Amino acid sequence: MSLVIAEQVRKLYRSGETEVEALRGISFQINSGSFVSFVGPSGSGKTTLLNLIGCLDAPTAGKLMVADTDVATLNRTSGAAFRGSEIGFIFQDFNLLPVLSVYENIEYPLLMIQRTAEAERRKRVMTLLEAVGMADQALKRPDQISGGQKQRVAVARALITNPKLVLADEPTANLDHATAFMVINLMKQMRDQFGTTFVFSTHDPRIVGEAEVIHHLEDGLLKESEQKGDGSHD
Amino acid sequence: MTSVFKIALRNLLRYKRRTALTATLVTLGVIFVLVFTSIAGSFKQMMISQITDSMLGHLQIHRKGYVAAIESLPLNMNMKQAGFDKLEKLLKQEQGVAAYSPRIKFGGMFSNFMETTNIRLNGIDPQKEFATVPLLPDRIISGEKSLKKGEILVPELLARGMNIKVGDTVVIVATNQNGSVNGKQFRISGILESATGPGGRDGYVHFDDAIELLRMEQPEISEVAVRLKKFSALNKVAKSLRQVVEAEKNPMGKPLFELHSWEDLSPFAKVAKMLNLMTVFIKVMLIAIVLVSIMNVMIMAVFERIREIGTIAAIGTPPATICSLFLVEGLCLGLFGAVLGNLIGIIIIGIVNLLHITFSFGQQTGLILKASIAPADILMVSVIVVIVSVLATLQPAIKASKMEPIDALRHV
Repeated sequence: MSLVIAEQVRKLYRSGETEVEALRGISFQINSGSFVSFVGPSGSGKTTLLNLIGCLDAPTAGKLMVADTDVATLNRTSGAAFRGSEIGFIFQDFNLLPVLSVYENIEYPLLMIQRTAEAERRKRVMTLLEAVGMADQALKRPDQISGGQKQRVAVARALITNPKLVLADEPTANLDHATAFMVINLMKQMRDQFGTTFVFSTHDPRIVGEAEVIHHLEDGLLKESEQKGDGSHD
Repeated sequence: MTSVFKIALRNLLRYKRRTALTATLVTLGVIFVLVFTSIAGSFKQMMISQITDSMLGHLQIHRKGYVAAIESLPLNMNMKQAGFDKLEKLLKQEQGVAAYSPRIKFGGMFSNFMETTNIRLNGIDPQKEFATVPLLPDRIISGEKSLKKGEILVPELLARGMNIKVGDTVVIVATNQNGSVNGKQFRISGILESATGPGGRDGYVHFDDAIELLRMEQPEISEVAVRLKKFSALNKVAKSLRQVVEAEKNPMGKPLFELHSWEDLSPFAKVAKMLNLMTVFIKVMLIAIVLVSIMNVMIMAVFERIREIGTIAAIGTPPATICSLFLVEGLCLGLFGAVLGNLIGIIIIGIVNLLHITFSFGQQTGLILKASIAPADILMVSVIVVIVSVLATLQPAIKASKMEPIDALRHV
């Protein structure tokens, strides 16, 4: 079953008189529970595409459906609500809130977005802290943990709302090779454990091979798609 | 909401020095307003009290046209007995009136048998006068705190200038409204401290002595001073009393009486109004301090946290929640400044009272400054600070909530 369906998606940016077509008619599908990667050099449109799938931006033309919702129909408030319930985000720079502890960073979406009851919050945060191996660091602030640990916390935060889809834009760009592998494996492990679809972008050839479905982007076009196995997870 | 407060407080503590500086500015503003309001308010109350309670009364009623000619104390403008009877009936019906005192005001020659000078006198019923202007006995700095027939209370400056003392005999010579001159001997029963304002350097004789001296067949009243039960009800009672008093007409259909409040009769009402205006000005200054300092710090907070705003917006935080996070930061700054400012302000007011600071008001010296602040004023200052703090945060908070997450995440 397709979680993301893109049909001739185009994205045009205007800056004064200049127009830049970041995506030039891309079509693809992402199945539920798959572990997908968009790869390509800088400027190929990876981040633009992830922003569109993450409902942070709307396509200029074409149709993009995410979890049965047409991204173009979402406004600021409904977009936020949709992202809060259906999509998790992992950022290149981790983007943890510095005033909150590891525990509180993971808890944030449940507390401030989904308004979940405390007992349920605690249960889910503890489960994910254990799952990402950060239970013993729960009370530390982001500035007291390493980059790899921060990204593990970010993975836990992305998964806390039980989203259908987790998007990770260059999640390993700021990590060393070993840590990058560890984070990618953690994401895969989380996919296996929770059945969440993971989509990440990268231009690191060492990481690309970890994805089960690989879409190659170049100059805003989808050049090639590779699939290892059936591209979905049972 | 608790979590919003928790995050807001942590964000404030993140920039301790900046938060402390802003909170200090707000605190200093609140302290300044409280201390100024309490001291200016106390000075104003004391000034009003000295004027109304020691000579003027809260209200005065005269025969129509008397006040316009009051400097010459015109005896032909006095109200007749029948008119006063009507007025007395109206005053007794008014619930807000605590006491009233009819006065016969006249000018005369004052002689100690060696020197002669002029004097302005009030013929009074001591019991009614002391009930209407209760600080009058306190102004008697030597002699008995009473006034009997045949006695006179003379102002301090006159007594000093003519070298007279309590127990001396003096003569008052006055001309009545028919032009005939009459004289009468009086014993000095007391020396009156001079007071600032109209009537502050007048002498007092007994009501019956004034009638006798002026050869009146019936009492003719120059003015009726009125004391209210509650000074705070001045405008209300004055309005209601003015309606009934000025409704009384003479046979020609013209109003018989005119009513004035102390504000109409004393130039110090303008000083009181100036003090009120200055208090308003100081409050406006406080609003400006709070507005500028909090808006400045919150604009900086939003600018410095653009990527964080992008992150929380991207992961689904509703715009209203983002807005509330910043509004609560501003609210906490304002609340902290208001609470601390109130506490320190109240302590300073207490210290001012312990120091027994004295000041002079016109001829009166050694008046002790009794600074006080009403709970309503504290509440009003606090509410102003909190509301202005939230308003100052509104623009940066709305800006934060309207940020596009995609642009905010790109911000370096």
